[in-house]
Amino acid sequence: MESITLAVNGTERNLEVEPRTLLVHALRDDLRLTGTNIGCDSSSCGACTVLVDGQSVKSCTMFAVQADGADVTTIEGVADSDGTMHPMQQAFHEHHALQCGYCTPGMVMAAISLVEEYPDLDDQGVRHGLEGNLCRCTGYQNIVNAVLAVAGSGSEGSES
Amino acid sequence: MTMTDDPATHMDSASHMGRPRLRREDPELLTGEAQFIDDMSLHGEVWVGIVRSTEAHATILGVDGSAALEIDGVTEVLSGADLAPLWGEGALPCAWPVTDDMRNPAHLPVATSVAKYVGDAVAVVLADSRYAAADGAAAVSVDYDPLPAVVDVEAAVADGAPLVHEDLGTNESYTWPLIPNPEAVEEAFSNAAHVVSERYVQQRLIPAPMEPRGVIAAPGVASGELTLYSATQIPHILKVMTAVTLGIPEHKIRVVAPSVGGGFGCKLNVYAEEILCSALAMDRGVPVRWTESRSEAATATIQGRGQVQHIELAADDTGRVQAVRVKLLADMGAYLQLVTPGVPLLGGFLYHGCYDIAHYSFECTSVFTNKTPTDAYRGAGRPEATYAIERAMDSLAVAVGVTPEEIRSRNFIAADAFPYESCAGLIFDSGDYQAVLDKAVEMAGLEGVRATQAQRRADGSSRQIGIGFSSYVEMCGLAPSRVLASLNYGAGGWEAATVRVLPTAKVQVITGSTPHGQGHETSWSMIVADKLGIDPDDVEVLHSDTAISPTGLDTYGSRSLSVGGTAVFMATDKVLDKARLIAAHQLEANEDDLEYVDGAFQVKGTPTAAAPFAAIAFAAFTAHDLPDGMEPNLEAHVTYDPPNFTFPNGTHIAVVEVDTDTGDVGIVDYVAVDDCGNQVNPMIVEGQVHGGVLQGAAQALYEDAVYTEDGQIVTVNLGDYLVPSAAEAPVYRVASHVTPSPTNPMGVKGIGEAGTIAATPAVINAVVDALRPMGVTDMAMPASPQTVWRAINEAQGGAS
Repeated sequence: MESITLAVNGTERNLEVEPRTLLVHALRDDLRLTGTNIGCDSSSCGACTVLVDGQSVKSCTMFAVQADGADVTTIEGVADSDGTMHPMQQAFHEHHALQCGYCTPGMVMAAISLVEEYPDLDDQGVRHGLEGNLCRCTGYQNIVNAVLAVAGSGSEGSES
Repeated sequence: MTMTDDPATHMDSASHMGRPRLRREDPELLTGEAQFIDDMSLHGEVWVGIVRSTEAHATILGVDGSAALEIDGVTEVLSGADLAPLWGEGALPCAWPVTDDMRNPAHLPVATSVAKYVGDAVAVVLADSRYAAADGAAAVSVDYDPLPAVVDVEAAVADGAPLVHEDLGTNESYTWPLIPNPEAVEEAFSNAAHVVSERYVQQRLIPAPMEPRGVIAAPGVASGELTLYSATQIPHILKVMTAVTLGIPEHKIRVVAPSVGGGFGCKLNVYAEEILCSALAMDRGVPVRWTESRSEAATATIQGRGQVQHIELAADDTGRVQAVRVKLLADMGAYLQLVTPGVPLLGGFLYHGCYDIAHYSFECTSVFTNKTPTDAYRGAGRPEATYAIERAMDSLAVAVGVTPEEIRSRNFIAADAFPYESCAGLIFDSGDYQAVLDKAVEMAGLEGVRATQAQRRADGSSRQIGIGFSSYVEMCGLAPSRVLASLNYGAGGWEAATVRVLPTAKVQVITGSTPHGQGHETSWSMIVADKLGIDPDDVEVLHSDTAISPTGLDTYGSRSLSVGGTAVFMATDKVLDKARLIAAHQLEANEDDLEYVDGAFQVKGTPTAAAPFAAIAFAAFTAHDLPDGMEPNLEAHVTYDPPNFTFPNGTHIAVVEVDTDTGDVGIVDYVAVDDCGNQVNPMIVEGQVHGGVLQGAAQALYEDAVYTEDGQIVTVNLGDYLVPSAAEAPVYRVASHVTPSPTNPMGVKGIGEAGTIAATPAVINAVVDALRPMGVTDMAMPASPQTVWRAINEAQGGAS
């Protein structure tokens, strides 16, 4: 077992993990932060996306020990302490950008990171920026609209 | 929020229904608070790891768990034979024996002697952690003696084919005909001016909801109770089936579906892992859990589609179709799951599509293969039927020499023909198919697209444009119980609802319909709030736990609103009926003189004399002064059995651009006009269309459960199985046309499967349309760049 220290959502956490423990399992099983979901075992779906030192990372692609000393932000850590949702969460709500909600935490984390990195996103930029995050319910259009609303680049959508 | 251009509903007096309303389900899903099955944890739980067959067909000579038992945390390794006493004679249930002579081989949760498909469970590891269970399963050694496997569905019915189930003596499970007048069909074909005869292959699809399945079974050691948590669409059906399969008294079983991350039909089942964990939990007296990995899901969860279709149309010289004849080979896989045999039948009534065709002949032969069982996947039988008729109609249009829209117009069931009795014996409720098509044509700007297409063709461009139509009708609102009886289905099709008014005038709605992304809580609260004249936020909607919602038949077949929502609607009416009696008593008025306005009963013409809902609710609770003989409290229960199906319909138009050099296909425009009847929440309707369309388009262009000739599956994860991302998804332009259904009081039809049903043929028709000048007349699915390139090359006389 290895001792590691993570700053998770602003709180320092000390953990004993196997060297092979995936970051996502450390978050979910050891820290009981179950908002980060697991959707595949091949780093294809992005449901487990979190921020590590501000960068979006699929937390199933990283060992927990590799995150030793890092700042980790999960979906539980993006809303204000008074419960006010992050603008990206709010935009997803207002644009009906989720249905079953299973991909949503990872999608929101990837979108937050994308908008921070590329503030001038357009439609194609959002679509390519999120292509590592799969959603089976929404057909993506409302997700794209939500992200564009936060990016301030206008919107797309259905006729009229 | 962009909305439909015509969210028209006929609920003008309502204050919420018919208008978009943001979902109350969202905040807990957006913040990570929602509890999915794998988020739960029970004290003392034991993890199950499942050893799955690596062979498509093999005798199991032995299971060696010694290496697994060396692993820290692994406590037991159990073979199928070790486990057999736990279920005795009980086998996994098939609830739909479609014919009396259907062959249904015993399907044990864990195979004992012969593995029949890659992924078939052959042994089980118990361990104290997730990782130890996985390590243990990987370390178990199984000695197989391979047997010949039959993989292709047409090969399975050939003489001398290897048998999936030796004892049956055949690979055929059943043959189901629906031929009301065979002579008339023959006559129509002998007199036809045009005969279209086509063969289509519906490839197998992996449903791939983003949440894999999972189970936790928790025993009450002293009480003899079982609490079964499962990522399921059907907690109520699962409860009954667990009782029947394991012999646990039904009243001792509670099934809970926590937040469920999508289903699309694949969580409409009773799975080996649910029975296995339940049996082990009851036997060992500890909670037993299993979480499916994505790679397991490729073979352990049912697959969709899997049919070979032969369709023939007999038409007169104007292209009016007189008869349709269909022969279907349906791939059941190795075993029959819950409704496997019924899926082809759900399409079997709809191969004439939305066309007024006099004569009908449908025959389905269903066969076993050494592959994962098939079962319901979004649309279940109806996408396959729609694909066949819509592709064939395009071929007929070419034969007759008219446009795709013209051949459809010539054959549509007329708007004044409803209620319409179809040649397959259904009564279609309402629709105006021509108006829907006209709207789609207008939105697509068809004339302009055709001009661009003509220009590209004239230029010999390597970027050819194709336009694909798909007009569909589906049978939804499953289902009238008597009709299900006539189809040999093992249950009814009703749905239950309770509306309970609390002392403080807040309302609890208990629904037997089980949501997993559809937004029932929001929609049901809108229905109740409008009828009671209260705020939707004062209505709580409870579901998915058989201890809270003991009666129900769950969510599938676009039935939730038209059956479950109608039950809620009617239960609210019953509450109002009783409230009216209390109000009449309070106001000393005749109940017939009362009207309910803005949340209060008042004497007609005397608005000052009013009994507000809150006062009635409290009076019902205190029971101090109720009418003589009235029971206290204000609560009503309704079980609604629909008198008919509902028939959503629509026309979708896909415009594609095909790169003729590479075979790459892109959807450059997608127009969907749907008639799902009246809409409760148009925002949710539009979301269902978006997601459904992409799932249907994905069958056309990307998805395929690929097997090798010896039955090995190739597409085991989301790197190989191409669920589309935002980068592939088109922009959808969505509108609606409303003809209220006369079947239920809200006039609703259903929208959950429409997009998936419509999109597949729209996209493939577009690809074929793009390439027809190059000699391409057919296109296999998925129309991957390689498949498209080969089709072009073959049509041009080149090598394939």
